[in-house]
Amino acid sequence: MVVSIVSTGLAIGCIYALIGITYNVMFSASRVFSFTAGTLGMLGGVLGSLFIAQMGMPVLVGFVLVLATGAIFGIATEIVAVRPVLKSLDQHLYVLSTLALALMAQQFTAIEWGTEARPFPRLFDIPRGGFDQQIWLPMLACAAVIVGLELLYRHTLVGRAFLAISEDNYAARAIGLPERRLRMASFALAGMIGALAGFAGGEMLLAFFGNAPLLTFYGFVPVALGGMGNNRGAVVAGLLLGLFQQAANFLVGGIFASVAVFTVFIIVLLARPEGLAGASLQRRV
Amino acid sequence: MDTAAKLQPSRGNVLGSPSTWSAALPFAGLLLLGVAFPLFGGGYWGVIATRACVYWVLVSGLNLVVGFAGQIAIGWVALLTLGAYTTSVLVAGTATAEVQPYLALAVAAVVGAIFGLIIGLPALRLRTFYFAITTLGFATIVTQVALAWQSVTGGGVGVPGPIFPPPFSSQWGLYYFCFGLAAICTWMTANIAASRFGRALTAIRDAEVAAEASGISKPALLVPVFLFSGAVAAVAGGLFAALQSYITPDAFTLDLSVLFFIAILIGGRGSILGPLLGTILLTVLPELAAPLVAWSTFLYAVLLLLIVLAMPGGIAEVLDFKNRRPLDSGRAIIPRPELLAQLLPTSHAAGALTLEQVALSFGGVKAIDGLDLEIKPGQVHGLIGPNGSGKTTTLNVISGYYMQQRGTVSLNGAALPALARHRRAHLRIARTFQTPRIVGSASLLQNVMIGGTIDGEASFVETLLSLPCCWRDEAMLRETAMLALATVGLERLASVRADRLQHSELRFMEIARALMLRPAFLLLDEPAAGLSAEEIERLGTLLLAVARAGTGVLVVEHHPDLIFDICHHVSVLNLGRMLAAGSPAEIRSHREVVSAYLGG
Repeated sequence: MVVSIVSTGLAIGCIYALIGITYNVMFSASRVFSFTAGTLGMLGGVLGSLFIAQMGMPVLVGFVLVLATGAIFGIATEIVAVRPVLKSLDQHLYVLSTLALALMAQQFTAIEWGTEARPFPRLFDIPRGGFDQQIWLPMLACAAVIVGLELLYRHTLVGRAFLAISEDNYAARAIGLPERRLRMASFALAGMIGALAGFAGGEMLLAFFGNAPLLTFYGFVPVALGGMGNNRGAVVAGLLLGLFQQAANFLVGGIFASVAVFTVFIIVLLARPEGLAGASLQRRV
Repeated sequence: MDTAAKLQPSRGNVLGSPSTWSAALPFAGLLLLGVAFPLFGGGYWGVIATRACVYWVLVSGLNLVVGFAGQIAIGWVALLTLGAYTTSVLVAGTATAEVQPYLALAVAAVVGAIFGLIIGLPALRLRTFYFAITTLGFATIVTQVALAWQSVTGGGVGVPGPIFPPPFSSQWGLYYFCFGLAAICTWMTANIAASRFGRALTAIRDAEVAAEASGISKPALLVPVFLFSGAVAAVAGGLFAALQSYITPDAFTLDLSVLFFIAILIGGRGSILGPLLGTILLTVLPELAAPLVAWSTFLYAVLLLLIVLAMPGGIAEVLDFKNRRPLDSGRAIIPRPELLAQLLPTSHAAGALTLEQVALSFGGVKAIDGLDLEIKPGQVHGLIGPNGSGKTTTLNVISGYYMQQRGTVSLNGAALPALARHRRAHLRIARTFQTPRIVGSASLLQNVMIGGTIDGEASFVETLLSLPCCWRDEAMLRETAMLALATVGLERLASVRADRLQHSELRFMEIARALMLRPAFLLLDEPAAGLSAEEIERLGTLLLAVARAGTGVLVVEHHPDLIFDICHHVSVLNLGRMLAAGSPAEIRSHREVVSAYLGG
């Protein structure tokens, strides 16, 4: 029992962490938290089911197409909802523009795909076991993304440019970095990570349009607790969130588990608004 | 007060002036239309009209949170759900003995107020996006609880909604009941909007630091707003349940929340009429064409995106004809310092604002390092120094934005409370900012009135009901603000939107706003930046007159001319330390200062 709670908790935690990283990658490039992070996760599940189960594509082709669509959606987010409002970052217009885009995608899915949750295909034709693919796929995806980002940021020129933009946007532009292209690349990358989260967790979350607001919320919890832009914090907080949610699920039942998660989240945030790891003092005057 | 009486703008009195009447005209029209509505439409249109009223009851309260205070509360449907279930469950008697419908509605209002506060609390501490997300989380959770708590809510099967006793049991009876409540909510929120509370809310939205410096405490202001907004949302829920006659968790989707939220933004922030029209529009729109029903939320989202990108001012800005008239281009700011005698009290308790050995470093950088400073009443004190020498930091320590790590800041011998920014205004310490902090969409007069917020006496509830004490506040604040505007030379622009003014005018406006506090100490952060030579001279005369009236003035400045012309005492900072202090003449001949700063 305990093994099942822990493994499911970690698997769900990995999905949350991945959505958290999606938030972070977009935030680092633009100082914008985008409501589309959860939508990307939802799209990963729905599109995966559409391409593989409905249209009968091979798994690998479906996977690549899902990632590509995620990237395109990420770029579209940047062009439609982020770039036009970057100048007025203070007025928080980005909250509204990204919310609008997220709602459009969610409603479009609800109408075209339906409001019922549909099953997600099994990706590997192997019999169900104790440590099933629906458990290890999210973990694998999460590990791959962490290692991939680490390699990208530390060992490639583009990755260093990403870091430079997130550290100091103005200075980065002053030394001639193509800020706009890097921002679009970041949003494409975030789109792929978000779609991957939904794809890898598809069997557990199903292909369901209503996953969008849920993932938007539960994926933001690791960001808020782990510190804005802090990927390691997001992974740790995401795993903890998954474990806590599963434990609460087992102890007090599904519905009150989400109440418990919500309550803990609010209390922690009110006590430490800057998150469990990280402090920021902004100059306001 | 003869002069002050003459300074009243021709339109803009509290009651009875043409501008008030023309502003009330659309509301009167809607009221008539609403009362007469049963004559034109019937059947299904009656249901839609009732629904629009119910939605507006909620949106009117939410408007104060979203449109005025600028808090992005997207999950307000949670409170509708809560109110609907509280009313229905109490009336149906599934959890308690059966309760009378009106009483149940009142209980729902109380429950809604409490939960409005609980949902709102994060807004007091968290950043915008965090608050948006927490309201979203709350909305998902309330529906889940309604689904799971079967013994009380009936789970997925639902519960019957309440039926109000005659005369409100029939379709038109219920309509008039909802319409009456909607009208009352409109009136109450309009009262708030036109009061110091409404102005303070917009100040928190657009210029939070200026709001704090004017003594507005965000928690103290937002708590009653969240209570009110939660209460009316829950009442709307009770009405919604009565209209639906049977409720299930499916009825309360996030789509509804989106409708409420977008109605406000389409209408325009900081307006009552705009969101009212927005609510009617969004309720009716899907009914005009059947295919629109399925796509309605998608369309709302598209509308939201268009509004944000193309016209952030919403319907209200489109309807604002008055502010499209071109302004005089050759206007000059001619302050009238002689009016200060009326504006400022003759004597302040004589005491000095003293800094002793104050030090503050950011990381390894010593911004100020053992600073001593004394600002005396009735004197102009200049603080100069090269960039990065700690001038603004000093100002920020005095006004409570930073806390010194060492040393004391005291007024009249009593230490100032650390980091309590809004307390500074109560001690009559006023300030201006390097970049003017304004509410762009409000008139100049309203901006200046924000400065006098703490001198109003009517409470939030008294203002909701528009009791006479609140009219007195308004008259007093308006009169003082006109006087302050006349003092700085801007009274002719009193009714103009602040974001249409020139930079120099905004600088003088900030001084007028600071003067509203009748300050014992006035702190100015580079007041001459961006001013013409003439304007600087007039500014100097004005500041000297303020000091002569008994106020201690601290000027942080780069313009040596202004400093040497008006200051009684000048302190020169360099790298966080005092390089020199003394009379302007002494400083001008101080060799280190001349070489380090003035260049000579």
